[in-house]
Amino acid sequence: MSNLNNQMVNKYRNDFLKEVEANVEEGDWVKMCMQCGVCAGSCPMGPYWDHPPQEIFMMIRAGKREEVLSSTSMWMCTSCYNCIARCPRELPITHIMHGLAHYGKRLGIAPKNQPTLKFSQKFWDNLMTNGRVNELKLGIALYFIDGFVQGIKNALAASGIGLGMFKAKRLDPMEILGGHSVKDKSGLKAMIKKAQEIEEARISGNQ
Amino acid sequence: MADEILMGAYICKGCGIGDRLDCGQLETTATRDGKAKFAKSHDFLCSADGVAMIQADIDSGETNHVIIGACSRRAKVEAFSFQNVTVSRANLREGVIWVRPDNDEANETTQEMADDYIRMACAESKFQQVPKGSGEQPLNKNILVVGGGFSGMTAAIEASAAGYPATIVEKSGALGGVMAQLNKRVATKSPYADPEDTTVADLIAAVEADPNITVHLNSKVTKTAGAPGRFDVDISTESGATTNVSMGAIVQASGMKQFDANKLTEFAYDKSDNVITQLELEALAKEANGGPIKRKDGKEVQSVVFVQCAGQRSDKEGHLPYCSGFCCTASIKQAMYFKDANPDVDTVIMYDDLRTPGAGGEDFYRSGQKKGVIFTKSSVSTIDASGSDLTVNFHDKILNEDQSMPADLVVLATGQEPNSGPDPYAVPMEMDDDASEEDKQAATDAHEVAINVESILNLDYRQGTDLPHLKHGFTDSHFICFPYETRRTGIYSAGPVRRPMDSQQAAIDATGAAMKAILEVENAAKGAAAHPRSGDLSFPSFRMEGCTQCKRCTVECPFGAINEDEKGYPQYNESRCRRCGTCMGACPVRVISFENYSVDSVGQQIKNVDIPEEFDEKPRILVLACENDAYPALDMAAQNRLQYSAFARVVPVRCLGSVNTIWLTDALNSGYDGIILMGCQKGDDYQCHFVKGSELAHTRMSKIADTLQTLNLEEERVATYEVAITDVERTAQLIEDMAESIEKIGMSPFKF
Ligand code: SF4
Ligand code: SF4
Ligand code: SF4
Ligand code: SF4
Repeated sequence: MSNLNNQMVNKYRNDFLKEVEANVEEGDWVKMCMQCGVCAGSCPMGPYWDHPPQEIFMMIRAGKREEVLSSTSMWMCTSCYNCIARCPRELPITHIMHGLAHYGKRLGIAPKNQPTLKFSQKFWDNLMTNGRVNELKLGIALYFIDGFVQGIKNALAASGIGLGMFKAKRLDPMEILGGHSVKDKSGLKAMIKKAQEIEEARISGNQ
Repeated sequence: MADEILMGAYICKGCGIGDRLDCGQLETTATRDGKAKFAKSHDFLCSADGVAMIQADIDSGETNHVIIGACSRRAKVEAFSFQNVTVSRANLREGVIWVRPDNDEANETTQEMADDYIRMACAESKFQQVPKGSGEQPLNKNILVVGGGFSGMTAAIEASAAGYPATIVEKSGALGGVMAQLNKRVATKSPYADPEDTTVADLIAAVEADPNITVHLNSKVTKTAGAPGRFDVDISTESGATTNVSMGAIVQASGMKQFDANKLTEFAYDKSDNVITQLELEALAKEANGGPIKRKDGKEVQSVVFVQCAGQRSDKEGHLPYCSGFCCTASIKQAMYFKDANPDVDTVIMYDDLRTPGAGGEDFYRSGQKKGVIFTKSSVSTIDASGSDLTVNFHDKILNEDQSMPADLVVLATGQEPNSGPDPYAVPMEMDDDASEEDKQAATDAHEVAINVESILNLDYRQGTDLPHLKHGFTDSHFICFPYETRRTGIYSAGPVRRPMDSQQAAIDATGAAMKAILEVENAAKGAAAHPRSGDLSFPSFRMEGCTQCKRCTVECPFGAINEDEKGYPQYNESRCRRCGTCMGACPVRVISFENYSVDSVGQQIKNVDIPEEFDEKPRILVLACENDAYPALDMAAQNRLQYSAFARVVPVRCLGSVNTIWLTDALNSGYDGIILMGCQKGDDYQCHFVKGSELAHTRMSKIADTLQTLNLEEERVATYEVAITDVERTAQLIEDMAESIEKIGMSPFKF
């Protein structure tokens, strides 16, 4: 993966903006930001992260590649769409934030212990097993994300919710034994594999 | 002139006047006290029937001085405008019944108020004559345009198109000015995406093809004498050949000069050929002709940085304190020169605030971004030019960090400086003796800077050779009400000499100035005033026998209308005059008057107010209110039914500058208890319609304290205020305040 990162560095040299435009979802909007700061002021996550969207976009223009792609900021976006609704330049900010996160992950330089990233990986892995989300397993995996002891604590703390979901027939204890799945699991896997191949080809075409 | 004065008074009973006031008594007051030949009441005076009644009396020779006791002089102006007679208005509606409560207790003083206004109108009428117009100059449709750049050519073309022949005087050997040096101009049409042709070639062609436009190249205006309608102008070529022409009006479109970038040592302009100004880049772009832009040493430019606000919006010594307004969009345009030729060229615009005025400004900015121009909010500290390539050191204001960036070329967005002549008022006319040495030195320095430039108009006026400056060396303009109007009537400034601007604004400006010039040509032929008393036919004259040659009138006239003859007597140039009356207010021996406005026409109003005895406890407050702002504000207070003291007597004046101190002295001597003067805002952000009138009045009034002292009267009895037309509640309150303070300090002892 970091191989891909090196290739990209070589290819775009210093021009990180061009790299973003070519490889990041909605990346060609970044140049249109006029640095008004409305997004930064509108984002509910503002106080919690290092760089609001305005700053991320400025950093891209300033060529701060490593800093942007390994930033935790984009991973904290909650997709509330406040920024999109308010940006006077109509930038699809939320999408760009997710695009950047995704791109950093693909290059292998996304922040290692970012909880959103970890959970997203777990969600994906869980989904790919059967083609359906196994809520019980996902929940348990999430509880134990920070180790066994913390996991027990988490499980106890959330037991009320679990019980409630069980009563409402939203949580099936039997799921622990394999769980439900799509009819054609191998078909799904083949489909995803093909999609990944197309994506890889697109990126290598970019190289 | 010698006609017998036949005063006819007409009292309106409409709008509630008849219900609130005893109109029979008003008629008696008019004939008995006011000495009107007759007085009549009408139920609805401004109706066709009422107006016809007055007109019939005029036609039959019954009256030639009409007195109307009805609404404010600002209402029903059309209905009550009669030809060849004087019209005097007693403000019974806005001035009396609308500002007074309707109850038994108040009725007596309300009626007294109305009676006084009738007496005042009669007194005014007695001292008014129908203005004749001077006939000083015939219709002269020629318009002189000084400057053959974009603004000048536009003004000439517009004037010519309207049928007024234009003469362009251009000091260089070709038309076109600064605009001709540009490669392209900022987009003016939707979708505002790309630089456009400057259109200068088309303008030059249009000027050259127009039989109504005469062009003098390599020429200067070496003398401008006379007045609107009869400007006597010498146009001289470099070799000294002089042509004398007679002009009706003048448009000064002398344009801009470039800021001297050598002052910007921190940007290494003086050290490197690769640090250039915007105008120098235009030359490189012209040379490239759409191909790759090369710098002076022949290297194709791969990276360029634009430094916005270079030497502008800065209070550093020698820098321009203002924003020139055009340069952000110009840099975007110039970055496009590079991007359009080769999208791989790195173009970075370093700005603090990006300002893209105009309808298409924002679209043009976006188009620049789409083309890949990078915008960095930053301040550039230095440019390192030790090698042939440059390093730009800057502080990134978004990321809050110091950065540097290499560049092949740096373009400085320097501002526009006006190409104006020396400021006639560069040094305050009088410097107070107690001013500090520093202040005096600063004034002298400013004077040096302002006068060490070549004259553009060479005016043969007593008040200096050129248009007064407004600020930062830009020529005069009344920035609120009438932008092209300068303090030299008939001379209009247009384009970047008036304020920094781009070509689109200059085109609008030039058209506006041409229109103003046409208007003035027509006015001068009629002997009528220009804005704000447009159409006024009265003009000031002075009685030579009384004049002491003190020169106050010549110095104080804000419009430079008065010259001096060989003997030192004032010499009026009626078509330069704006009829403000400031000269009349200034004259210590009171020999200046207008046919319909004079020391007497106001002084007699003041004298004819009935002053009750001291123990009646009915004080009198004289309010001298500027007719442009304060008087309308009082009218509006009345429309809102705000109330003020029944003891106030309001007299409108043309400008507070026309207030002669004799009015105040007389008023105080005859028993008025308080005097309020209401003029417009003065100073740098003045609103005074006559620019300096209010300011001069305030200076004069600051000396009234002496008069009060000699009379042993309290200082509070005279108050001078700056009032805006929007100060509706305040004007009424100011009257109330004076009534209150009189209650405190007591009645004036001067009632006889
Ligand atoms: S969508 Fe994301 S980036 Fe935008 S305001 Fe919401 S949390 Fe912030
Ligand atoms: S609101 Fe839009 S234009 Fe403003 S800083 Fe954010 S992304 Fe840029
Ligand atoms: S002071 Fe006013 S009224 Fe007097 S000459 Fe000058 S412009 Fe005319
Ligand atoms: S102010 Fe009066 S006295 Fe003085 S010069 Fe003028 S006209 Fe004569």
